[in-house]
Amino acid sequence: MSELRGWRELPLGGIAYRLSTDYKTGDWRALKPVVDTEKCTKCMLCWIFCPDMAVIWDGEKIVINYDYCKGCGICARECPVKAIEMVPEHEVK
Amino acid sequence: MAQTIPHVPPEKQLLLNVNGDEAVAYAVKQSLVDVVSAYPITPQTIIVEKFSEFVANGEVHTEFVAVESEHSAMSVCVGAAAAGARAFTATSSQGLALMWEILYIASALRLPIVLAVVNRALSAPINIHCDHNDAYGMRDSGWIQLFVENVQEAYDTTIQAFKIAEDENVLLPVAVNLDGFFLSHTLENIRILPDNVVHEFLGGHRKLAKTRVDYLDGEVPFALNPACPLSIGPLDLYDYYFEHKMHQVEAMKHVLQVVRKVNSEWYELTGRKYGDGVLEPYEVEDADVVVTVLGSTAGTVRSVVKKLRREGKKVGMVKIRMFRPFPHKDIAELLKGVKAVGVMDRGISFGSYGQSYLEIATALYSSKEKPLLVNYIYGLGGRDASPELIENFFKELIGIAEKGYVEEEIRFIGVRG
Amino acid sequence: MISYVSHMLVLPYVVGDVVLFVEIRWHGRGGQGVWTVSNLLAVAASYEDKYVQSFPAFGPERSGAPVLAFTRISDEPIEIHSMVYEPDAVVVLDCTLLGSRAIVEGLKKNGTIVTNYEDEPSKVYGVIGVEKGEYRIYTCPASRLALEVLKRPITNTAMLGSLLKALPIVKLESVFKAIEKRFPGPIAEKNIELVKRAYNETQEVK
Repeated sequence: MSELRGWRELPLGGIAYRLSTDYKTGDWRALKPVVDTEKCTKCMLCWIFCPDMAVIWDGEKIVINYDYCKGCGICARECPVKAIEMVPEHEVK
Repeated sequence: MAQTIPHVPPEKQLLLNVNGDEAVAYAVKQSLVDVVSAYPITPQTIIVEKFSEFVANGEVHTEFVAVESEHSAMSVCVGAAAAGARAFTATSSQGLALMWEILYIASALRLPIVLAVVNRALSAPINIHCDHNDAYGMRDSGWIQLFVENVQEAYDTTIQAFKIAEDENVLLPVAVNLDGFFLSHTLENIRILPDNVVHEFLGGHRKLAKTRVDYLDGEVPFALNPACPLSIGPLDLYDYYFEHKMHQVEAMKHVLQVVRKVNSEWYELTGRKYGDGVLEPYEVEDADVVVTVLGSTAGTVRSVVKKLRREGKKVGMVKIRMFRPFPHKDIAELLKGVKAVGVMDRGISFGSYGQSYLEIATALYSSKEKPLLVNYIYGLGGRDASPELIENFFKELIGIAEKGYVEEEIRFIGVRG
Repeated sequence: MISYVSHMLVLPYVVGDVVLFVEIRWHGRGGQGVWTVSNLLAVAASYEDKYVQSFPAFGPERSGAPVLAFTRISDEPIEIHSMVYEPDAVVVLDCTLLGSRAIVEGLKKNGTIVTNYEDEPSKVYGVIGVEKGEYRIYTCPASRLALEVLKRPITNTAMLGSLLKALPIVKLESVFKAIEKRFPGPIAEKNIELVKRAYNETQEVK
């Protein structure tokens, strides 16, 4: 984060002066969703359920945007074929 | 900016026989308000009842949002104002108490909402009549608080409130306080401006302030708009919260000047003014004894001052029209040379004093010659402030001024022992 | 020098720089139109460039319970915002209230009492419980007139007509104008007729 600004430099009414996409909320994550593309049937349920819109369809397969994925695990829970595994960050290669 | 709208002489102003609530509804009707959201509560009900009539008759183009609570009413106003609308609501007592957490949001987000508070005592016991503890309860919420004396002033001040709130140096919500029943249910004859003159006075619909964010080029309108998106109301921790509170501190500093300006513009337009808009002194210059008061009781006090002056007593009064921000310097200046001051409060902070007493004591602390100060708590739950009651404590104050000391700093008047 | 005078000095009520300031108290029961008639008088006075105030004895109304309303009329802006403690006149819409002490409470010496009363006029002193000569008392058979004209026992406008006979503070024409503004055509017409009849049939009790 850049240096903190004084109150005279801030916009009105406590609005955010930077975009929310500037804040990489992915670093809140303890468990990381890892997709097994072999198992994945492309049903897109994970894409529907992801509260952070961090599940992305790249045209061929599901990818996770780890910049914003907070690791909540909803995708893994909802996946009907158990193609998503939540792996502790430190165990991911 | 100079006032360019020509003066409207009284005979060109429409005569209206209305009670205080209806007067507020008429003022809102003429103020090009985009959104009104409210929940009924005595003695405020007539305002939204009357206004919903205007909506039903197609006399206004306002979106009227009926809600299930005052908390929601204020929330709707916050949303509407954040989207750039001119928004209004009204409430009393418990309703205001239920709005409380959203009041802080409205002011911190710098949304120029206008709220009519028809002052009513807080439960328990349940009471529908006037006192100011409901208004005093929102004292620290960052709102501008104006108190009116009569039905005419309720009309005038409601229109002024939009102009004050939306001033680019202010951008704060305004609460217009009128005494429950003493004003809300009392019919008086008032003069109102033609619709188009009110429109012109307010400069038409709400104009949006401009602000600057890093990710958009130049200044953008301060409102929710997909074309130049803003995040209104995000999280702020110890890194920025304090800085954002400084914005509110700073905005309040501009209010006095803006209220004075709007008051004098109104005077040029209508021939009516209320002191300098902030304080309205009467016979203070050579007075030994002065009483300060808010709301409808000010008129009764003035009539007592007139009577006592006819009897040769050197008494005066100061009507406090604006309670937040409080005009500490101005009142200290006015009370210079006065021997004894009686501060009337239609409310009390339990375990402390009346709320305006605290302000006036603070204002006088750095004065060289401090007057003797007595706090008169009166009229709780609508107990009437009769001329006789007021005359009696004026006489008591004259005695205190002569003796040179105060025995009891806080006196409860008109209550049975 | 401005002096505040009650009606005793004000017939005709504007003399030189004397300023009119009259306070009237209306007695009736919830649902009888007590606040409405107080408003009608105030509105009528406003048409004559008077400053006015009209308010009920504040509180939740209960149908049938005794209620009060107050009218203030003045040549100058009315500053006072407390209750009326010493009225110049009281008007009693409902004859069953006449025995109550509340009727004369605070009423100025020689003040006016206007009553809805049909019996032998001299008996009215006993009903109210006052001595002859204490107050100026007027009677009007308002209930009978209301039944004849409106076919309903609503006496508020009748008692307004009666008050104006006792205390001509506003012109009848102004009252008619106020009634026309308040009520739709046929109802306004009947009420105006009722005001006229009540005005004519009001008598001072000698």
